[in-house]
Amino acid sequence: MHNVSTLPLHINHLHVTRKGNLLLCDIDYSIDTAGVTVILGPNGAGKSLLLQVAHGLVAPDEGDLKWNTLSPHPQQSWRAFVFQKPVLLRRSVRANLGYVLSLHKVEKSKHHELIEEALEQTGLAKLAERNARVLSGGEQQRLSIARAWVLKPKVILLDEPTAELDPAGTAAVECLIETIAQQDTKILMTTHDLGQARRLASDILFLHQGRLVEFSPAQNFFQQPQTEAAQKFIAGKLLNGGQKK
Amino acid sequence: MNDISQAFAKAIQLITQLDANLLEIVSLSMRVSLTSVLIASLIGLPLGAALALYKFPGRGFFVVLLNAFMGLPPVVVGLIVYLMLSRSGPLGVLGLLFTPTAMIIAQTCLITPIIAALARQTIMDANVEYHEQLRALGAKSFRIMKTLLWETKYSLLTSVFAGFGRATAEVGAVLIVGGNINHATRVMTTAIALETRKGDIELALALGIILIVISLILTTIVMNIRDAAYKYYN
Repeated sequence: MHNVSTLPLHINHLHVTRKGNLLLCDIDYSIDTAGVTVILGPNGAGKSLLLQVAHGLVAPDEGDLKWNTLSPHPQQSWRAFVFQKPVLLRRSVRANLGYVLSLHKVEKSKHHELIEEALEQTGLAKLAERNARVLSGGEQQRLSIARAWVLKPKVILLDEPTAELDPAGTAAVECLIETIAQQDTKILMTTHDLGQARRLASDILFLHQGRLVEFSPAQNFFQQPQTEAAQKFIAGKLLNGGQKK
Repeated sequence: MNDISQAFAKAIQLITQLDANLLEIVSLSMRVSLTSVLIASLIGLPLGAALALYKFPGRGFFVVLLNAFMGLPPVVVGLIVYLMLSRSGPLGVLGLLFTPTAMIIAQTCLITPIIAALARQTIMDANVEYHEQLRALGAKSFRIMKTLLWETKYSLLTSVFAGFGRATAEVGAVLIVGGNINHATRVMTTAIALETRKGDIELALALGIILIVISLILTTIVMNIRDAAYKYYN
């Protein structure tokens, strides 16, 4: 569906300031690996903000972020964003998926097939006619991922997708993320859950106080963290300070 | 006391016999108010939504104006519409004064601000929840507005009925621009005012009863729709 090349993701000296606080400071990195890139770090590290910049929801104050050559804006259908707490429309599961397709002007004749496929993938086929607002938390998040997946995007950004879910819901969502990553969709997600990062990540961006402290393949990161902050975080110690003033 | 109970009995009789005069007045009332509500909704709902979502210079002033207009005195609206439509007024050539159309215009002016102001509040509240998500999904501002209007349709229905309640209950505007002409522009409220003064309490009472019953029925319908929607979504 999408004839664009999206990798590598170039992040060039990115700064984001809000109300005088420097929330993201000089992030400079390129991601060219497929699979699941996890942005890891304690609360307030700037993980979500970085993800929002990557979807074009927040404009950087300095520097830039480009998917290959493309600057992100939310109307690009080759990339989708999944929130920690999804807001679903007051209509059926199926209609929630149809909404996104018509939003991106996908031909009507293709809707049925795409929706069925997304429902099947996310295990929501039996709930298709159910009202989206009455689903459980885990089902809502799966629908939210289905809503991203239905456009067959090349990139899916997920912001703490399991932070509000119970273990069963978390397992289902993680399984779904793995399946999607195997189908050649780049996953960029945030989490502060070390276990989740270990289970899913192929590589790690470790953020602390708005700075990119460490980036490496997941295995290296967990076995030989290079920085003190990363070592402490992996050891489960508290890192001082949230946002850098 | 006896007089009142007699009048009451006669009023009930008028209603049960479907008195022709009574029916004519009730049906004109409904026609005028329903048409006004329809037009006011078509203007007021998008207007309220636009005021909630779009930023433009002077928006604050416009919102204050709109909220102030929610409480417009019907007689003042009637007077202004009268001046516009009277023979020497800017729209005098249309010859609309003392017709049901003039009454519809007056009531539309009266209730559009009510529907728009209530819709604005509803859409603003919904926008807090939806905005970031809809934007992230790729919706542009006009699409966000359409989506929010649809998502809040049950709450908006209440605003529409508030407008309808106001339209059926007011006397001043329809009296001034309609003139309370028998078989032409006589509606329930103006008929009640007139018949009471004439001493024909039975007809006035019958119309009063119908007005109250209509408002009871409408309130019941609205409450049921809202309850059903609430159960469905929660």
